Amino acid sequence: MEGLTSYVARRLLWVPVILFVVTFVTFALARFGPGDPVRVAAGQFRDEEAFARIRKARGLDKPIHEQYYLYMKGVLTKGDLGDSFRYQGRSVNEVLFPAMWRSMQYNAVALTITLALGIPLGVFAARHQGTWVDPSSISAFLLIQSVPGLITIPFAFLFFALKLGILPASGWPQDCQVQLGFLGQSYECIGVFSREAVIPILALALPGIAVWGRYTRAFTLEVMKEDYVRTARSKGLSEFRVMTRHVLRNALLPLSTIIAFSLIGLIEGSFFVETLTGIPGIGLLSFEAVQGRDYDFIMAVVMIGATVFVLASIVIDIMYTLIDPRIRYVARDG
Amino acid sequence: MSRETADLLLQEPEARVSSVSPMGLAWRRLVRKRIAMAALAFILVFYLAGLTAPLLTGVGLITSYRQQDLEQALQGPSLDHPFGTDRLGRDMLSRVIWASQTTVIVTVATLITGSLVLAVTLGLVSGYVGGWVDTLIMRIGDTFASLPTILMLILINATLKDRVRDVGHNIEDLTGIGGIVAHGVPDYLLVFGALSLFGWVGGARVIRSQILALRETEFILAARSLGASTPRILFRHLLPNVSNIIIVSMSLGLAGIAGSEIVLTWFGVGIQPPTPSFGAMIFEASGVRTLNAHPHLLAFPGLIVAGLLFSFNLLGDALTDVFTPRAR
Repeated sequence: MEGLTSYVARRLLWVPVILFVVTFVTFALARFGPGDPVRVAAGQFRDEEAFARIRKARGLDKPIHEQYYLYMKGVLTKGDLGDSFRYQGRSVNEVLFPAMWRSMQYNAVALTITLALGIPLGVFAARHQGTWVDPSSISAFLLIQSVPGLITIPFAFLFFALKLGILPASGWPQDCQVQLGFLGQSYECIGVFSREAVIPILALALPGIAVWGRYTRAFTLEVMKEDYVRTARSKGLSEFRVMTRHVLRNALLPLSTIIAFSLIGLIEGSFFVETLTGIPGIGLLSFEAVQGRDYDFIMAVVMIGATVFVLASIVIDIMYTLIDPRIRYVARDG
Repeated sequence: MSRETADLLLQEPEARVSSVSPMGLAWRRLVRKRIAMAALAFILVFYLAGLTAPLLTGVGLITSYRQQDLEQALQGPSLDHPFGTDRLGRDMLSRVIWASQTTVIVTVATLITGSLVLAVTLGLVSGYVGGWVDTLIMRIGDTFASLPTILMLILINATLKDRVRDVGHNIEDLTGIGGIVAHGVPDYLLVFGALSLFGWVGGARVIRSQILALRETEFILAARSLGASTPRILFRHLLPNVSNIIIVSMSLGLAGIAGSEIVLTWFGVGIQPPTPSFGAMIFEASGVRTLNAHPHLLAFPGLIVAGLLFSFNLLGDALTDVFTPRAR
């Protein structure tokens, strides 16, 4: 355990360094681009005086490292992620967190469906190795994984919204105050229960199921060759028990790291899913922020994304050693 | 590997007579996979079409991607236009072929710079040299891996495009070579540059982990005690031993690279019109009303793209089987 502690300590020491580099580069990059947010913010007022005033009010007249320092000071001391340029008079916190909440809702449902179907399908394919079921299911998985959502979502809208008229064409229900105490009457406030959510969820879950099916199959096959599985069978354990207790338990171990990556995959997927379906979530808003040079918003998204990912990868490494005591972190693996 | 060697020895005389290189052996195993060969054939046709697009236009088989015929706008598939025409009356088949040229350029360039040069060199050096060099490279890798890739790609392309274009214009003025910007060279550079920048981490990590084990082996010790220089050990002794991993990770990355370019262009920050790209074609065709009226505008480019990505994935899967029979 001692090795693990110092390993984790060393990894954690790097976190601030990584985050500093990431935030500074993003900060500089966002300001380096063409297009002037001051003009966007000035709206109809097109005189130099107004520009200068806005520039001063936002601190854009200062040198870049000073701007960065001021911004980070606000983030670290007050949790203030700055002001949105596009949404006049609103802070990034006000715009960002509702958007995150919307994205999280359907992403969580999509991930659940992915795992609930992907893992059993993978095991199913592995159990039928050597028959026609296995290669054809892998090919089907690969096919589903290969067709980009950019192509399937428009066709899904064409058939379900326009031809059949059973699902709405796009959008997201208006947010209302969610009563955290309980569902009761306010469940319709949670967008994910609406019919608008069906196509986005499917668009994210189907490729996910395919990816998880393939991984599960590969790892299950690996484990099924092990001696202890043969031992378990020869002890006369039921096939179900062998599969769940002996095979899956070991096969899911390497899969736990992939959960992190599929989380990232889902977030990236939400960029085009949201742009196509008009869900005002984190993906659509970040894209619009890049287009509209909403500096503080871009910074906030990159910062939160990077922090979550860096910390998550450390947590996964720790979890890994806890689940599987065979893994040891040696000193050199800096 | 020992299993394979044993199999080979069992198949006596031929196996003994004609010695087979590991790559030759892998190729033989790949040829036996019919689906993989079909995928490879599709990829080859796609790349050939993309590479010969100017030639095909020259001999009149297809038209230039710019050639408009407004009287023929938005026609469905016909003998003259097998894939139909778009809203400017441009032949869709020609545009698909020209768009595949874009995909070919971006995938090959990214593969060479990102997957080969960056990933292989950094992976080799990181694993073999170790120490602070290793730490530095791996932390830089962590930094890139921790960023939301799509957002960063969009950000880089959106912010740096005009600068790179300016540089392109300057070069045109200085050298007198025309059409650098008009042919979309700055767009290509930026797209594949950004993709490579984010694409090397995974490959480098895998290669590094293999090198960590390999550098403790006797043959490296032998090479070192014979006085071989570090570059020689890296590229003559270690590189051939990880070539299978390089091939597998490259082939698995191809679909991602091709897909990313399409997504970037779809967002409007990748290759700019009039240079044709699948991303732009898919974007223009994907409005529900447009799609309802003219499904061929999305169906044909969509089919080709899906076919290509499917083929890449099939091939990658087969190569994984062939090169790493035990792993995965």
